[in-house]
Amino acid sequence: MHCSLRYSDNHPVMRRRDVALLVTALSLLASPAFADRREEARSQVDFGINVAQRGLWREAIYRWEKAVELDPTYAAAYNDLGIAYEHEGLLDKARKAYDKALELDPNNSQIRQNYDLFKEINDRVSQQKEKR
Amino acid sequence: MTACLSRKKNARLALAGLALACAAATIACGVELYEVPVETPIPAKLDVSAFQRVLVAGFVAGGTEDIDTNQETVRLLRSQLRTKSELRVIDADVMQLVDVAQEQNKAAANDAASGEGLTVRTPSDNTGVTALPQKIKDEKDLEPYDRLFANTAYWKRIGEEYQNPLIVTGSVLFTPRSSSGLVTRETEVYDGLGRRRVVPTRVYMERKGFLLRPKFVFIDGRTGATIYSETRKEELLYNAQQETPALSSYFELMDRIVPDFLGALSTQKIKGTRVLLK
Repeated sequence: MHCSLRYSDNHPVMRRRDVALLVTALSLLASPAFADRREEARSQVDFGINVAQRGLWREAIYRWEKAVELDPTYAAAYNDLGIAYEHEGLLDKARKAYDKALELDPNNSQIRQNYDLFKEINDRVSQQKEKR
Repeated sequence: MTACLSRKKNARLALAGLALACAAATIACGVELYEVPVETPIPAKLDVSAFQRVLVAGFVAGGTEDIDTNQETVRLLRSQLRTKSELRVIDADVMQLVDVAQEQNKAAANDAASGEGLTVRTPSDNTGVTALPQKIKDEKDLEPYDRLFANTAYWKRIGEEYQNPLIVTGSVLFTPRSSSGLVTRETEVYDGLGRRRVVPTRVYMERKGFLLRPKFVFIDGRTGATIYSETRKEELLYNAQQETPALSSYFELMDRIVPDFLGALSTQKIKGTRVLLK
């Protein structure tokens, strides 16, 4: 009888080698130092969110600045930093943070939405400055 | 055959396990969103730190006579400034600037006749001074009144009288408007199954309402010089059958304009929401 499902691979050796390669790459990426920094950045972002929700935006900025210092590839941290700068009226810094967040994660619709809302305000302020 | 069935079962179990693992991973490492309210401060257009007080002097008003546009504008701006700016608002009689401009014009005409002073010579006017229309009906009628705001000596004198405040003045045109033509409206339609849909349709309509065109002029009471001016234009049209009092239309239109006016003098906060990510 014909059976369409075949789980016993034709090349078990090949498969084992692929898995080994993947494990090696992952273990390299997850080197203790890198993992520690990433973990620390994540906890800084968590803390920042917590304080921002209580209205302590300056403390949140401090935390998120630390997070991007620890992990410069952390798009969410840049996004949060952009929001905090915006709330504090630091529009130039906010734009740079949003730009970086989008550069790191261009397909993130949440970051794009935050940026679009910010841009509307920023454009208005720029126009005012030009008028002056 | 039994071996094949058993393999199928194992495959299903493996897939279920994988799905479970994926779900757990999404919960553990997935993106978490936190919507937060933000208030973005917009800096004031003008640096008014040199002033402690503001005098909303009065406006050259024109258009409909259904309301006293000068009086209403002064009253509204003073009350807004009292609550939404840090400047102390001076309570003074509302200045009748149309009369002031007419007097200044008359004086200028006399000077011109006696060969003194600087006057603008126009071909249509043998006195050499551009006449000011007594009745202001449109923007064209308002234009010659702009000279009043450039009269630094006059505004400096007013400034001295009130101990050098920031002076807010300008012109306001509030005039009836009517228009007719095709407008897009949303209409409800029901299909054969009774399902409701809203579709845009073009319909001919006669509409009437008002146009409000204020020009705000900010004058430094210490020097009498204009430091900033801003013109806005807003229009409101209703169905021609609808009777809307002029005063309520005026306030509706001013509601759109006042935030911009306040934005010239004090920091405004724009409220919104953003999404924090983990």
